[in-house]
This record gives sequence, structure tokens and C-alpha cells, in this order.
Amino acid sequence: MLAMRGIAKSFAGAVALDGASLTVGSGEVHGLIGQNGAGKSTLIKILTGVYLRDAGDVSFAGNPLQIASPREAQAAGISTIYQELTLVPLRSVTENVVLGYEPRTRLGLIDWRRAHARTRSILTDFGIDVDVHAPLGEYSTAIQQLVAIARAVSLEARLVIMDEPTSSLDEREVAVLFSVVRRLREAGTSVLYVSHFLDELFTICDRVTIMRDGATIADHAIGETDKTSLIAEMLGRDVSEIQAAGMTELGGGSNTAGELVFEARGVATNRRLRSLDLSVRAGEIVGLGGLLGSGRTEAARAIFGADRLSAGTLEFTGKSAPPTTPADAIGSGIGFLTEDRKAEGIIPDMSVRENLTLALLPALTRHGHIDRVRERELVEGFIQSLGIKLNDMDQPIRELSGGNQQKVLLARWLAIHPKLLILDEPTRGVDVGAKFEIQAIIRQHVERGVGVLLISSEFEELVEGADHIVVMQDGVSVGRLSNPGVTEEALISAIARAPGTDVQQEIS
Amino acid sequence: MNTRVAPSVVDRKPKEGIAWRTLLGRYGTLIALAVLLLVNILITPNFLQWQTLFVNISQVATIAIVAVGMTLVIATGGIDLSVGAVMALAGALAPLIFGSAFGMANPVLGLVLAIALPLLAAMACGLFNGLMISVMRVQPIIATLILFISGRGIAQVLTNGNLQTFSHPAFSYIGTGRVLGLPFQGWLAVAIAALVFWLVTRTIHGRHLLAVGGNERAAELSGVPVRRVKIGVYIICAFLSGIAGLVVVAINSASDAARNGNLMELDAIAAAVVGGALLQGGRAPVFGALLGAVIIQLVKYTLLANGIEDEVALIAKAGIIVAAVALQQGRRE
Repeated sequence: MLAMRGIAKSFAGAVALDGASLTVGSGEVHGLIGQNGAGKSTLIKILTGVYLRDAGDVSFAGNPLQIASPREAQAAGISTIYQELTLVPLRSVTENVVLGYEPRTRLGLIDWRRAHARTRSILTDFGIDVDVHAPLGEYSTAIQQLVAIARAVSLEARLVIMDEPTSSLDEREVAVLFSVVRRLREAGTSVLYVSHFLDELFTICDRVTIMRDGATIADHAIGETDKTSLIAEMLGRDVSEIQAAGMTELGGGSNTAGELVFEARGVATNRRLRSLDLSVRAGEIVGLGGLLGSGRTEAARAIFGADRLSAGTLEFTGKSAPPTTPADAIGSGIGFLTEDRKAEGIIPDMSVRENLTLALLPALTRHGHIDRVRERELVEGFIQSLGIKLNDMDQPIRELSGGNQQKVLLARWLAIHPKLLILDEPTRGVDVGAKFEIQAIIRQHVERGVGVLLISSEFEELVEGADHIVVMQDGVSVGRLSNPGVTEEALISAIARAPGTDVQQEIS
Repeated sequence: MNTRVAPSVVDRKPKEGIAWRTLLGRYGTLIALAVLLLVNILITPNFLQWQTLFVNISQVATIAIVAVGMTLVIATGGIDLSVGAVMALAGALAPLIFGSAFGMANPVLGLVLAIALPLLAAMACGLFNGLMISVMRVQPIIATLILFISGRGIAQVLTNGNLQTFSHPAFSYIGTGRVLGLPFQGWLAVAIAALVFWLVTRTIHGRHLLAVGGNERAAELSGVPVRRVKIGVYIICAFLSGIAGLVVVAINSASDAARNGNLMELDAIAAAVVGGALLQGGRAPVFGALLGAVIIQLVKYTLLANGIEDEVALIAKAGIIVAAVALQQGRRE
């Protein structure tokens, strides 16, 4: 279906791609992986007409492909579902599906009856039942994502490109997405699937292409490879090296816990947190496990003073009262690395320096005046010790890759010398290399006595990384598992064990 | 976004048009200023005269002072429509105070109070705006619309809707005095801009301000006191408007609550935007606002000095705003 060969592209002298190739068969689900900066996005943008290639050939459905704009790509049958959804939340589901390609009546007006019917039939095919008249924004991210795919299908795409489609979905939503992908495959549509979640590739893909440093390293049938070799190829390291290191760098179960840092008893808020019992000691990692919507992030917000408690007590060692605002919490030595890096983490137009010192600022300030010399030294120190890759600490943070942005945000919290560090999905959406680095940094600080509360949807990260795992269901902490000895199966069964609650409701 | 220009995909050179746009985006304000000056030198009679400079400085100062405040408000992603009304209110209060029996009996204290109390009243207006916006969570454009309408009304009620003339040389100094041969209020505007620039670039308050405008949720979760920052900028903006209101009254030796600061909100927003402020927040180009004010003033002056009607001048101002916004689009890419 698609063959890209010898693709090269550079931006202002910097080589982004050199010798990249990609072959996707008809009706094939093809995984594309690589670290951030490996050239995946550039390759895709060339395919979809956002960038023009400097060299190389592209053929699509047997013909050479010459496209110079996304619109032409769409006309040629290539549709992209971006990581950041590019839909209109306030307009109806139907409008989003047909936008720009609305069916017309003979008078040239939009034929809404046909538009609604078409949208409904595509979505029903996917096994989703939504009101197509309702504004899209009323539905969950998962549904919105599926609507984006429905849009691609309605444009009769022959190749659908999905960029990190599952990064904001929970497990059941992922299952629905996968069934849609399988349907696309049965219908003969090819899917190019970009993901950091390697496990998914083995579930859904037929083949996988690995990129590194702007070039294509390998192309396997998925059955002929395994996770460790994929990671090895992405990082350019030996398989044995990776195996020796284990799958996470957090080292759960081996930490020696110190004194109690904080304890929550029966904590509830008005935001879906009903009863949280939890304690963290210095020098240990406590994991919070549970499905999306089980109240993990809400628990973090409550501890951080971002949401008001409606019941229960929070006690921090050495503090008389629990924090009631984030500023308060920071003052008591609590850091909170948020899950949604874009919406609640970075300030995109501010520099790396300004982003990094934001939480620490009061300590760098005397009579309102910022000590800029100390600020620069401090930032320089973190850039070195965390291995943050950038041109200049004064460049806007939005120009950094996801992994490096995450390191800056982590540094924002490490800078306040926290006693308790709450990490909500600290390695989501970053590449494997950065993930190991971030985990190693966290572990270093745990060894120095920081207590960590780790929220993660990756079972592996919890099972191997945490000393204790508190399991949450429907806003209630229902159990506690302790390492060593926790297995992924044990965690999954603890998360899934139904205490008579209706997990169904959490989705939409 | 690339248009479908060249069929040959290989070996394309970067387009020169792009470089032009960044250039225009970065130096557009200065280029516009240069063009305006040049046009005036060519067509406006007696443009290169000291008198012209004095007139323009004394008129631009009020726009500049308010525009600096407006820039701070816009940097948080807000807007303040009440600046003109606050000017009228502060301007109406001053003569009432130094003209009162108490003010006549205690000239020095009367003068101090005639400046301090109107500014306090202005700050109270700012506090009201700030509370509406950060605590009641009313949209800034609606919240400040309340005082936009009622502020001037209060000022007119205070003065019974009459023009109040007075003769008070000490007070009039802030509108007519000269320092080193140039109008006092020009220096005042520059001093204010310098102080605010320092505030924005060197202090924690400035950093917090930009953080709130850049990403409010992230700022809050990083310990930035978002409410306090927002209330603070509306108070500062109203305070600066109050100063501008006093300057206008001092220039005229008369307070006219119906006209003082009329349409100032538009001038100030235009100056801030021309100066490079982004309406979605996150940027506070203080000296840009000064430059923007100079451009707005020069356009007004150019049209006036060449005998073009006021109505047309308004249209021209709208044109400037459109051009500035267009340039912003170029800058963002």
C-alpha cells in the first residue's frame, strides 16, 4: 500500500531524517516506534504533506505520491488522527465527522439528515452508541478519539495514521479502540500505529518499524520479535544489557523506609474521592493503582491541597494543619508532578529556566526581587544532573521534546527539596530512554529520603517500582500490597476485584 | 502551511517571504513608527517644531500610563474596559477635595488628599474588578463593563454633570509642569513604565503574572497565588488610570466627567496590542505599550493636523488594531 524509501529531511541544517524508510502492506496494522527525536513525527508529517521531503521516494497504492498539503493527503486517502485532538468540542458529533466534507442537498445546502445518518452508521459499526446531535465536548476523550477515527473512515481513507491514540484512554477504552482498528484491518484499510506503549504493539500490530536517529533501523513481523529486542533496537543497546537492568529503574521493595511523612485517614473530597487511607514514609515509594476514574488523581489533588476535603484527616509529620492550597503544600515540602503535562504542567511560552524555578521562586526571592544569579546556577545544575537536552535555558519550554519537558517539571519539584513527591504518571508519553532516566532520578531521590507517592497506569512500573501499592476502586482505597512479592496478576486481580460497585459508569 | 507552489519537491530553498514576516513581526512596531514620522515630516505643516513635540508628549502620556496598566491586565489573559470611567471618577474627585472648605483652609494637606483620595478611589474600583473576576469568576469583559458604565455615571453625579473649572497652580503642575524642558507627565509615564518593567522582569510578582497568563492551572498547581495576582493587576491598572485621570484634569484646569477618559479603553488596548501584548495572555511588553501609545497618538495627531475629521480618525485607529493583530499572527508562527 505504502512504500517510503530513502527519505531525508533537514531543518535549517539540522538533519531530522536521513535514510528513513517505511513499508506498509494493504490491510496491515503497522507499528512505528522510536525514541522522541528519532524522526517518527517528521516522517509522518512528510507522509501527510505537512513537510516537503528533501530526498527520497514515496509511493502509495502503486503510484508515486506527490503531495504538498494535508488536504491533498486526505484526498489521496491518507488520514491522520493526531495526539492532540483536532476537533471542535462545541459542535455536534456529526458536524465534527463531516466538517469540510458535508453532504449537500440539490440546493447546495447541507443535507443534515444524510450527515447524521452516515455518522450514526459509522459509529454503530464501531460499536459506539452516542447521540450524534450532542456537542462532542460532552463525551470522554476516548469517544472523541473514536469520532476522529470515524471522520477518517467517512473520508474513505485507505491509510489511517494514529499518533499515540491510547495515551489518554483507560483499558476498556483501549479495548474498544482496538476492536475498531481490527475492523479497519478487515475492511482492507491500512493503519500506521505510533505508540510508546510497546505492549500494545504485540496486541494489535502485524508488523513494526523501528526508527533511531532519523533512520529506519529494522522492520519485523511482530511475531518474530519481543519487547526486549524492540527496546534494544530503539536505544541502540544490547539485549543482554537491557535484561540485566530490568524493566524499570525504580527498584521497589529494596528501599529502606524511614519515619512517617504523612498519613491520610478516611479522606474524601467532592471530586469522586470517597475514602482514602494511605501513609508514606521517608525513603519509600508508595504506588497508587487503579483504573482511570478510580480516584487516583483526586487523591493526589486532595493531599496537595488543590481540592477541599469534605471528610477525613491528613497529617503531615511536623505540621499542625494540612495544606489548604497548593502554595501551602509546597511550603510544607510537597511536590506534585501532574499527569497532564500540557494543561497542568508547563507554561509553554515561558523559558525552561522560568518553568523550572516556578515553585521554588519564593525561596529565590528577597523583598520580591529574584536572585537571578542563583537562579541560573540552580537551573544549570539541574540541566547537568538530570541530563536535560536543550540549546539554552532561556528557550521556551514548548520547544523541548516531551521527555525533556518532563525532566524540567520533575526538576521544578526536586528544586524545592520535597519531603513528599507525588508523581502522577511520571513517564507517560515519554520515550523509553527518557523513561529509564526519569525513573533513575526518582530512585536517587528516594534513596536520599524523599517519600514518593507514585500513580501509574503501567502495572509494570507499579509492580516493579513501588514498595507498597495502595489499590483504589471507585474513589475508595480498598487494599494494600507490599513488595517484594507483588506480581502483575496479583495487582490486576486486586484492581479488578469487584466490591459490588459498577465500574461501567466510570467511562463516559 | 505550504501551498502547492512547486511541483518539484526536491531541493527547495526556504521561502524568503517567511523571513520577511518574522522581520515585520519583530520590528513591525518600530517600522510603523518610522513610517509615521517620515510621513508627518513630509506632509504635516510645522511638524518639526518644539511645540509639536510638547503637544504630543503631553497628550500621549495619559494613553501611555493607562496602556502600561492595560498591558499587565492583558498579560493575565484579561481586559479592563473600565479605565476611562475610572479616569473620570478620579478626575472628578480631585477638584472637589482641594476646592472644598477643608481643602481651601489647609492647602498643603488639601493637595495631598486631592491626589491620594482619588487614587484610593481608583484602586477600590480595581479591587472591585479583581474580586469580580477572580472570586466571582465573571468574564473580565463583563466584569469591567459594570464600572465602564457606572463609573462615569458616579463621576457625573458627583459633579452634577457640570464642567468644573478651577485655578490651582500646584495641582495643575502634574499636567502643565516642565522638567528639563519637557512636560512633567511625559517623565511620569516613562518613570512608571520603567518601574513596571522592573516589576515584570525582575520580581516574583512579574514572574507570577506571566505564569498566570501563560497557563493558569499550571501556575496555581505550582504555588502561584492566582487570585492575588489577578486582583493585583486590576488594582494597578485602575491606579494608573486614576493617575491619568488626574493628569487630564490638571492639563485642562477643569474636570469634565463626561469627557475625561472617554474612549480611553480603546486607545489603551490598541496601544498594548500594537506594543506586542497577546490577548490570550502570557506576555507583558511594557515598553512596547509605550511605543504603541506613541503610535496611536501620532496617528491621531497626523489626521488632526491635516484636517481630517474625528470620525475618520476613529476608523484609522481601528485599522491600526487590525494591522497589529495581523502582525501578531505572524509573530506566533
